[in-house]
Amino acid sequence: MSLLWILAIPLIGAAYLGLFGHREHAFIANAAFSLTTLAAAIVLTQRIIVHGPWLTHDAQFSVDPFNIFLVDLTAFVAMTTAIFSRAYMRIERYSGRVTAARLRLYHSMYQLFSFTMLLALLTNNIGILWVAMEGATLSTALLVSLYRTPASLEAAWKYFILCGVGIAFALFGTILLYFSAHSVIGPHNGLLWTRLNQIKGHLDPTIVSVAFVFLIVGYGTKVGLVPMHNWLPDAHAEGPTPISAILSGLLLNVALYAIVRFKVLADGSLHDNWPGALMMGFGLISLLVSAFSLSRQRDIKRLFSYSSIEHMGLATFAFGMGGPLASFAALLHMTVHSLTKSSLFFSSGHVAQKAGTQQIDQIHGLLERNPGMGWSLMLGSLAILGIPPFGVFTSEFLILTAAIHQEPWSLPFLILGLGVAFAAIFGKTQSMVFGASNVPKAPSPPSLIPSFIHLGLVLMLGLYIPPILASWYTHVAGMIHR
Amino acid sequence: MPLFAQAINMLAALFLLVAFAMLSQRRLANLINLYALQGLILGLSIGVVAYGTDQPKLYFSAGLNLILKVIAVPWLLRRLVRKLQVQWDRETILYIPTIMLLGLGLVIFAFNASLPLSELAGTINHNTLGIALASVLLSSLMMILRATAISQVIGFLALENGLIFAATSVTYGMPMVIELGIALDVIVGVFILGVFFFHIREQFDSLELNYLDRHED
Repeated sequence: MSLLWILAIPLIGAAYLGLFGHREHAFIANAAFSLTTLAAAIVLTQRIIVHGPWLTHDAQFSVDPFNIFLVDLTAFVAMTTAIFSRAYMRIERYSGRVTAARLRLYHSMYQLFSFTMLLALLTNNIGILWVAMEGATLSTALLVSLYRTPASLEAAWKYFILCGVGIAFALFGTILLYFSAHSVIGPHNGLLWTRLNQIKGHLDPTIVSVAFVFLIVGYGTKVGLVPMHNWLPDAHAEGPTPISAILSGLLLNVALYAIVRFKVLADGSLHDNWPGALMMGFGLISLLVSAFSLSRQRDIKRLFSYSSIEHMGLATFAFGMGGPLASFAALLHMTVHSLTKSSLFFSSGHVAQKAGTQQIDQIHGLLERNPGMGWSLMLGSLAILGIPPFGVFTSEFLILTAAIHQEPWSLPFLILGLGVAFAAIFGKTQSMVFGASNVPKAPSPPSLIPSFIHLGLVLMLGLYIPPILASWYTHVAGMIHR
Repeated sequence: MPLFAQAINMLAALFLLVAFAMLSQRRLANLINLYALQGLILGLSIGVVAYGTDQPKLYFSAGLNLILKVIAVPWLLRRLVRKLQVQWDRETILYIPTIMLLGLGLVIFAFNASLPLSELAGTINHNTLGIALASVLLSSLMMILRATAISQVIGFLALENGLIFAATSVTYGMPMVIELGIALDVIVGVFILGVFFFHIREQFDSLELNYLDRHED
């Protein structure tokens, strides 16, 4: 039952906020719906811990260690972002940047987006997965253009068209995969991932290899892999900041999750590590291109969205390498990146709000008058750059260790990418945080608690990974490993 | 070759022809008509497959496609271009002969790529996979080449037609739930785009996307 609640609560929330999303209580209601979803997710997690993987509702839904931690992460980040959004959107509303009707749209679509993400994770049907991913694009497209500025309309259009075409390719890949299963088991259950996983050895390698190319290009567009990444910085920079946080924290993860699920199937059919090689290629190119783009960014939110491409590239690379250590590291990296990046968007959102600009060179000396914001931005940047003892350091260190053993040729590229990214982000953050202040003191205290909670968790994951999480990661790594 | 297979092949050929016609059509009103025609061909060919293989499920799918792509979406699009008053605008498409040659190249590529795949399918219309893939590629080409927002969207919708065509040719279509899901996504997508057009128009006084390209990094 708890499984249906996880999906039903955000859906009810979307309907309710679609009617009353502009009222004063909607800010709290939005957070309350997300909190209830998180509670349902925790109940489900409890069940999985006690009873193990769960296949339910005619095998249409499946919960295993791979998606349960992502469900928790998704519900958690959606909840903290909703709390952040309460403070942030209230300021936007009273400063008149957002009208009542748009606020209603925003709140309703926020819940709908959570729904599509959770559906994409929980479903066992790769067709439903596709529908949910497309639903995610549709629900956020109008949010990216919420401010109706020319730049935001451009961003939303790019987002819509690029992701639309990408997701169309993913549909073609799904059709081909269904076709390959069709010739083995007939028209029934050919879309169920668990069923496909059972028969993956019998799937025709030619069809599966073509299907995987379409799937990685399709879902890779949503992960923001280079060269399909063009929509990502615009969509992150122009939309309201809570949306940037959930795009980076949730959408990219879920899309990568889909690719990894398909990689498991493709590996079982192909036996030549070609899917892995493809993922390593995309991952490495994404890492390098985004690292070198970072230093050219003048907009604080664009800066961090390029950093998202970089980290998703790194995780994709690690999944592509395969092997228990690399997969473990990639899963950890997905988790800590999601937490750190949403925390960074929380603080940069408030910074941009207070400074009245997103331009990095117009923001100086945050620490002087707004120490909370300054510290959260600085610590978040240090965390995302992989400074010990934060969790990103652990995952990046593990990825590099795995790379030394498995793909030594890639090491210079990885270090180059990470080094360039370090120099770019550190330099820019330093100039914003230190020095003489030009940002007025915040009139109302900003909502930085979610930001610090995330950073605290990332710090904890760097020092100590809870045994249950570690056992999930290990289990999944074993599943991904051929 | 049984009569059904011949009929399906003929419809498939027409499907590809319409994809080419869309590539070179300048006026939006005609483009929408072509899109409706493509939807009609798609629906008919699914209907023929349903009759030939005696699968009642496919009649449903054919009906869904006909209602959605011949009536609902074209109606929405026509209403939109009337409101925006752009139905008789002539769009500039440069180098039409070159585009056609490029399209031919894509068709040859698609046929070659799909040859080993379609042989594996046991369906009566398996050799139309090449045509489906070709029209997917032609629609992508159209999206790249067009400058106005609405014709890009029609390219996107035609792309989706090609995908459904591919699904019917290799597996007699996807399960019903998925088809409904896809249909829902299409209709919601068209609505959202409709909203977009007005916003874009409000901001830029034009639907030419060239105006949008100022924000490069």
